[in-house]
Amino acid sequence: MALKIVKGSIDRMFDKNLQDLVRGIRNHKEDEAKYISTCIDEIKQELKQDNIAVKANAVCKLTYLQMLGYDVSWAAFNIVEVMSSSKFTYKRIGYLAASQCFHESTDVIMLTTNQIRKDLSSPNQYDTGVALTGLSCFVTPDLARDLANDIMTLMSHTKPYIRKKAVLIMYKVFLKYPESLRPAFPRLKEKLEDPDPGVQSAAVNVICELARRNPKNYLSLAPLFFKLMTSSTNNWVLIKIIKLFGALTPLEPRLGKKLIEPLTNLIHSTSAMSLLYECVNTVIAGQYWESVGNLCVQKLRILIEDSDQNLKYLGLLAMSKILKTHPKSVQSHKDLILQCLDDKDESIRLRALDLLYGMVSKKNLMEIVKKLMLHVDKAEGTTYRDELLTKIIDICSQSNYQYITNFEWYISILVELTRLEGTRHGHLIASQMLDVAIRVKAIRAFAVAQMATLLDNAHLLTGNTQRNGICEVLYAAAWICGEFSEHLENPMQTLEAMLRPKVATLPGHIQAVYVQNAAKLFATVLKGEEGNTDGTAAQEASQLMIDRLPLFVQSANLEVQERASCILQLVKYIQKLQQKDVEVAEEVNALFAGELNPVAPKAQKKVPVPEGLDLDAWINEPPSESESEDEQPKAIFAKEEPKHSRPRHTEVDEKELARRREARKQEQANNPFYIKASPSSQKVYQEAPGVEHIPVVQIDLNVPLKVPGLPMSDQYVKMEEERRQKERAEKKKKEKKKRKEKRSGRGKKHDSAPESEEDITPAHMVDIVTEEMPENALPSDDDERDPTDPHKALDIDLDKPLADSEKLPVRSHRAAESQKSPTDGETENATLQEPKKKSSKEKREKKKDKERDRKVYDIQGNLQDGSQVVVSVIFENKCNSFLKSMEFNVLDSLNSKLQRPEGSGPHDGLVVPFQLPPGVSNEARFVFTVQSIVMPQKLKGTLTFIVKNEDDSTHEKLDFKLHFTCTSYLITTPCYSDAFAKLLESGDLKSSSIRLEGVNMPFHHLLARICFHHHFSVVERIDSCASMYSRSIQGHHVCLLVKTTVSIDAKCDEPTLLGNVLDEIKQTFSQC
Amino acid sequence: PFIKKQTKLKTRNYCSFLNVSLYSVQNEDTEQQIIRETFHLVSKRDENVCNFLEGGLLIGGLDYKLIYRHYATLYFVFCVDSSESELGILDLIQVFVETLDKCFENVCELDLIFHVDKVHHILAEMVMGGMVLETNMNEIITQVDAQNKMEKSEAGIAGAPARAVSAVKNMNLPEMPKNINIGDISIKVPNLPSFK
Repeated sequence: MALKIVKGSIDRMFDKNLQDLVRGIRNHKEDEAKYISTCIDEIKQELKQDNIAVKANAVCKLTYLQMLGYDVSWAAFNIVEVMSSSKFTYKRIGYLAASQCFHESTDVIMLTTNQIRKDLSSPNQYDTGVALTGLSCFVTPDLARDLANDIMTLMSHTKPYIRKKAVLIMYKVFLKYPESLRPAFPRLKEKLEDPDPGVQSAAVNVICELARRNPKNYLSLAPLFFKLMTSSTNNWVLIKIIKLFGALTPLEPRLGKKLIEPLTNLIHSTSAMSLLYECVNTVIAGQYWESVGNLCVQKLRILIEDSDQNLKYLGLLAMSKILKTHPKSVQSHKDLILQCLDDKDESIRLRALDLLYGMVSKKNLMEIVKKLMLHVDKAEGTTYRDELLTKIIDICSQSNYQYITNFEWYISILVELTRLEGTRHGHLIASQMLDVAIRVKAIRAFAVAQMATLLDNAHLLTGNTQRNGICEVLYAAAWICGEFSEHLENPMQTLEAMLRPKVATLPGHIQAVYVQNAAKLFATVLKGEEGNTDGTAAQEASQLMIDRLPLFVQSANLEVQERASCILQLVKYIQKLQQKDVEVAEEVNALFAGELNPVAPKAQKKVPVPEGLDLDAWINEPPSESESEDEQPKAIFAKEEPKHSRPRHTEVDEKELARRREARKQEQANNPFYIKASPSSQKVYQEAPGVEHIPVVQIDLNVPLKVPGLPMSDQYVKMEEERRQKERAEKKKKEKKKRKEKRSGRGKKHDSAPESEEDITPAHMVDIVTEEMPENALPSDDDERDPTDPHKALDIDLDKPLADSEKLPVRSHRAAESQKSPTDGETENATLQEPKKKSSKEKREKKKDKERDRKVYDIQGNLQDGSQVVVSVIFENKCNSFLKSMEFNVLDSLNSKLQRPEGSGPHDGLVVPFQLPPGVSNEARFVFTVQSIVMPQKLKGTLTFIVKNEDDSTHEKLDFKLHFTCTSYLITTPCYSDAFAKLLESGDLKSSSIRLEGVNMPFHHLLARICFHHHFSVVERIDSCASMYSRSIQGHHVCLLVKTTVSIDAKCDEPTLLGNVLDEIKQTFSQC
Repeated sequence: PFIKKQTKLKTRNYCSFLNVSLYSVQNEDTEQQIIRETFHLVSKRDENVCNFLEGGLLIGGLDYKLIYRHYATLYFVFCVDSSESELGILDLIQVFVETLDKCFENVCELDLIFHVDKVHHILAEMVMGGMVLETNMNEIITQVDAQNKMEKSEAGIAGAPARAVSAVKNMNLPEMPKNINIGDISIKVPNLPSFK
């Protein structure tokens, strides 16, 4: 035998292994693709062989190729094969490959459930370890649901190595299967105080991650974390906890007060910069700024001034957080931040830019933007330049242009920005131009003049068209000139500019705007010429339109073509009228009458639903459920009673609808699984201010309006300075006057006071037009959370006691709880019996004060051997004494026998291979041989052990019963629907059916529960019914058809087994 | 917590990518694109700039950062979200590299190229499903060694000839000289205070 193996491996050793593959690829740099394709052919050959070692080697190479970007999804099934090898070496290769290649849509994942379960319960800790590691990468909702309980058991494993992995992976399980959070949470909480630092750190990690998304549910853990924070010395754990407190304090102000002291201590004492930094971050998040804020800013300043770029970066990052809450504290460090803008490190410059955003005021806006414009000119990389551009716009436009005192300056900044080459943000500049021109009425004349110049010089912008995003500004320019054409000096000239042939090279959507606005300009020209007796100018305009528009009529862009041909015909008609000396200007202008006001982005959402309209009511009843159901499954289950098919369109009156709605609401309210709508959606209607009274103030401007050519924004900085000085002087004069008047009264001087923010009056008294909202808009500013966020589902109240119906993800576990202190030894049997009877429910959370020892057991069939069942029992010592010499014994029945080591008698007990110190739990496994599995049975057993106290020790025993349900002989086995159909058609199966009474839970929970408790898998689900499959360890097929009417039809090749399984299912649901 | 790991070598487009659960459906193309982009970003950075790069859209948005370290010709890049401490991750990379150094006995670039699987196994003991699992180097090495021992014992006599052949193959290998060891791979960055 050994020789054969050696021979086999000698044959193999000349196979290409991973190293050879890598070497080969390196040696074939020129024809890499060809080399790899021959390698893949070789691998395909290797995968066809039976030898698992060859397969594993092939999979190992595939993992490498996957990393290089080759598609290896075709080998998914082979990966599963290698995963299920019994040798650790190959198993590890398989799991590594799976973690790299599998994702949620990989269909073979559903085949792995049992393999993974087997590995999780392997006696070898590293088998379990690789399975957990692999699973953490490719866990799917199905896997999470099926394995949640196995992983939960592993959280109490004896080996800390397994415990820490199991704890950590629970986070992934929660994400995929949120229902598991509540049942698993108590144990997770226990692990916070695990003796092993690795496990503790993992538990802190998981809870912090959960709390980060839904902090309010974890407030009750604050005292526990506080204890950990003051006692732990592990910096990783401390950082996590401090981060967690950062999320909690905004919700609970009292917590903040309590934290000040330990945090301040840490800030002063720690040598680890990372810890210091996180402390500062938490202080920023909390509401105790007054006491420690200054200390924090000081520390941050030290970080920023440090020569280490990393610290500098983090310092700026923290500053930007402070900025949100305490802008004043940051503003005093403006010098430092401006300095960082010159740093050679881009990350640091970007951070400094972020800070600037919050530091501007009316006073320094122009100055800061001027500095930024200098950087724009100097900047090399387009990314950074684009970033600067967006920042400039952000800074200026923030809070509704709050800091802009002079809009002419802003327009000229925008115009200057259009000279940037290769920027991607043309549309951003364009939308700013539009926004300002529309909302700031006083600036329109100036804006129009500027835009006309832009249009005139369009060729400068479109130097190298297509890839140049800047031509977007022409869109804005054309629209502004058209819409506000009454402000144009020379509309004819602009019209000509807009109809140049070169325009045809612009992108379609811009051309469309050009065409439309040319028509507006045309209308303005006509209006301007109306009074003139000599109508040549107007006729020239018509002629110009008729000459140039055909170019656009030929455009490939549908929009352009349509608009152009429409307008062309119109102009031709107008020309005819003009020749007859008919006055047309007014009619033409009527085409473009009315003002366009901006509409708020949320306006549509806020239109109130009119009285009497129910958006949830069906317009037509959906096709009744029975139809789809009738066809398919009926063929399979002949026994099904004929259904009365409902008339398709039932007439439903108002009352009936209201009743149904009410019923649905009621059901949702009572359903613990239904995630309730956030309260914001129930906000009350409020009258919003109407739009009609948007105040518009006309003002005379004290700045010259006409600026020849493109203005330089710098001029405005100077002008602004002068203006402010002038104002100040005037004010002083006024004050002097006042003082003169009041001289006798007050003698105080004011004039040396520095100019404060309020003193700066804007150059234009600008009213910014607010965005339009529908009447009766619902005021609500909440930003809805992304519905796809997986963390939303984890927003679960963890403090509520666990409802019975929630303890679902546990399969066939029973707690044999008992207590046997000599005093109540007599009563014990009685108390034991009771919980047994309703034992299909998990009772792990239940704790009795007097209990000494408690066991949780799990019965699992063994696939390899049809007559073996493994029972794993968790022993937990709940008393204060040491337990040792435990012996586990079961009274064998004819059918079931405990497997005992060779040589021992049929009544000997098995020694439990560990001892239990107080409060510790451990798990042992026992193998039973079972002959017939069609009937459930109970085995009586005893556990004997020695209780060791300080001075004496007593010998005690504990009786228990093991309940082998038929369910525990079933093994979740996936089944494809075609195989399932074949099975049903074969006719070997006997059928039976039950109805479940009083079950009202959503259908998918019902299914999930059957899957959990009774080891079924869903084969297929069609609307209102689902087919499910499972297999017993002796190969019986069990098929179920579950319907929303909560009846179950079942088929199985062994009627007794089926009857018992159905009884057990019934029992499960009778208890919820 | 999501941490992606990439190790990069300047010399060839070798890179590895620990599975990311961030992208629900992630095909090889985006993965390769991310790697290329990251490599491009990281490799053009100067020596004395900070080790953080802000997340672009490609790696999942603003909450994510690239944190990297540069050792001789190698870049170790982690991508983390805001629940991880930046300085902590820098330290984790250091632990990772030191662990590699111990496990491969003076690690060099070629070790990583030829034994990607081993690198993955070591990393699996530190980071699991995108979350930090273990930061204690001794613990990591103990577990890695124990698993390697198991592998050896499973190979038993059958493994011996294969190992011999592999040794012979390596002997003929001109590109596997011992002197490309990167001497300074375990230098500590002076300004980073020890984390532990």
